[in-house]
Amino acid sequence: MSEQVHDVRLHVNGSVHEVQVPARRLLSDALRHDCGLTGTHVGCEHGVCGACTVLVDGRPMRSCLMLAVSAVDSEITTVEGLTEADGTPQGRLSPVQQAFSDCHGLQCGFCTPGFLTTITAGLRDNPDPSEDEAREMIAGNLCRCTGYQNIVKSVLRAAEITAEIESGERT
Amino acid sequence: MKPAPFAYLRPTTLEEALTALAGEPGAKVLAGGQSLVPLLSMRLAAPSMLIDINALPDLGHVTCDEAGVRIGALARHAEVLASVEAAASQPLIARALSHVAHPTIRNRGTTVGSLVHADAAAEMPMVLRLLEGSVDVASVRGRRTIPAAELFAGPLESTLAHDEVAVEAFFPALPAGGGIGFEEIARRHGDYALVGVAAVVTIADGDVVGARVGFVSVSDVPVVVDVTDHLDDPAAAALAELDPAEDIHASADYRAHLVKVLTPRVLADAIHHARTRKQA
Ligand SMILES: Cc1cc2nc3c(=O)[nH]c(=O)nc-3n(C[C@H](O)[C@H](O)[C@H](O)COP(=O)(O)OP(=O)(O)OC[C@H]3O[C@@H](n4cnc5c(N)ncnc54)[C@H](O)[C@@H]3O)c2cc1C
Ligand code: FES
Ligand code: FES
Repeated sequence: MSEQVHDVRLHVNGSVHEVQVPARRLLSDALRHDCGLTGTHVGCEHGVCGACTVLVDGRPMRSCLMLAVSAVDSEITTVEGLTEADGTPQGRLSPVQQAFSDCHGLQCGFCTPGFLTTITAGLRDNPDPSEDEAREMIAGNLCRCTGYQNIVKSVLRAAEITAEIESGERT
Repeated sequence: MKPAPFAYLRPTTLEEALTALAGEPGAKVLAGGQSLVPLLSMRLAAPSMLIDINALPDLGHVTCDEAGVRIGALARHAEVLASVEAAASQPLIARALSHVAHPTIRNRGTTVGSLVHADAAAEMPMVLRLLEGSVDVASVRGRRTIPAAELFAGPLESTLAHDEVAVEAFFPALPAGGGIGFEEIARRHGDYALVGVAAVVTIADGDVVGARVGFVSVSDVPVVVDVTDHLDDPAAAALAELDPAEDIHASADYRAHLVKVLTPRVLADAIHHARTRKQA
């Protein structure tokens, strides 16, 4: 018996992706294999590491713990969708991405997409975190390289960059 | 680590969900998926069909009245935790929920799903048991209310029949003169507890007239012990009724030690809470 496939419309980063997937396709795999958005990384595949974190209607969730068929009614943002359009083909880094670049917040980069999405949502809820709050914000994401110090700095720097943009100091 | 194949249904009415569930003995309900999807991926579960309840209407509520807090089957942990009214009505809900996993998991996982998943290492089943709450379930055969004392049958086993969907949980309000405490020890914040302890006390005319303590991760179902008559040594009274288990996370001795340390501490917190709480 061949496995039934479902026609699924995924709304990702403002575009619609029509994909045909079996019900068991994890959202993480659908994003990577069916939509070609390989920025979302897959580490543990059981919810623990955070590498696969995407924004679902603006809220961070584990894409490895969602089924693609169950994501039809949601607007999904992956790391690719964080970059801001500025007329150039590659776009402009978002404040959180810029901060990771400024503060050396990544080494191998495997965990980075999950941190970027988590922190983007975290700063929306708390635009001016203390260092403790920055640590708390990333407590559900694992990184094997950096020792977290520079990721914490990146959170604080991203808050600064966002404030600079909002006050017009930075364009 | 990929799930085995299954059929998938995304009903938009409860009736449709219940009929499908009754007609398919190998079917399982999918709520937040934060416990079920890992089980599927590890192939510890292989249902023939998933009935996804995420598109059902009217199940996302967190409502409060004098009696207590009602939580719909699609209310996410994060939404329950954010409810100021729920925290005012029964503060133990938020105290315990802040220890349930990480915020990202709480954004998707449901509180009702966690109750019927019936993990003895999970906070909310014990809290429901300690507060003597209940869960309302529906099936093609009708509706019934399952009191918490009858909800937990064994490790990861609730007393819901196969064709039943849990629609709402009820947590009683903290009455005047009541106080609560909660503490847990985990390897890392957000991990499942090695041992978690909650207490509910009642004070009348300055005296403790009721004291009950609940335990997470100590036995294979949530356990509650009445320590009203053992306030001088509540941990000994609790250990007499508990049989701490050994697993890869902790030895039985270490768990017994944590029970000894946490029980008096949490009970003292609850008594302090009852004495200092603003009475409505
Ligand atoms: C990394 C990680 C850490 C976690 N840490 C903790 C923790 O510290 N403490 C804790 O308590 N939990 C923890 N969890 C589990 C989390 O709380 C889950 O959200 C919860 O246990 C299940 O809720 P759910 O909505 O995701 O249910 P699902 O995963 O969708 O379902 C779980 C089970 O319940 C059944 N079910 C769900 N809803 C219903 C319903 N309405 N009617 C009938 N059956 C239903 C399903 O069929 C399934 O068998 C963790 C999870 C992860 C991934
Ligand atoms: S891959 Fe999803 S949390 Fe690790
Ligand atoms: S940068 Fe390598 S895992 Fe985080």
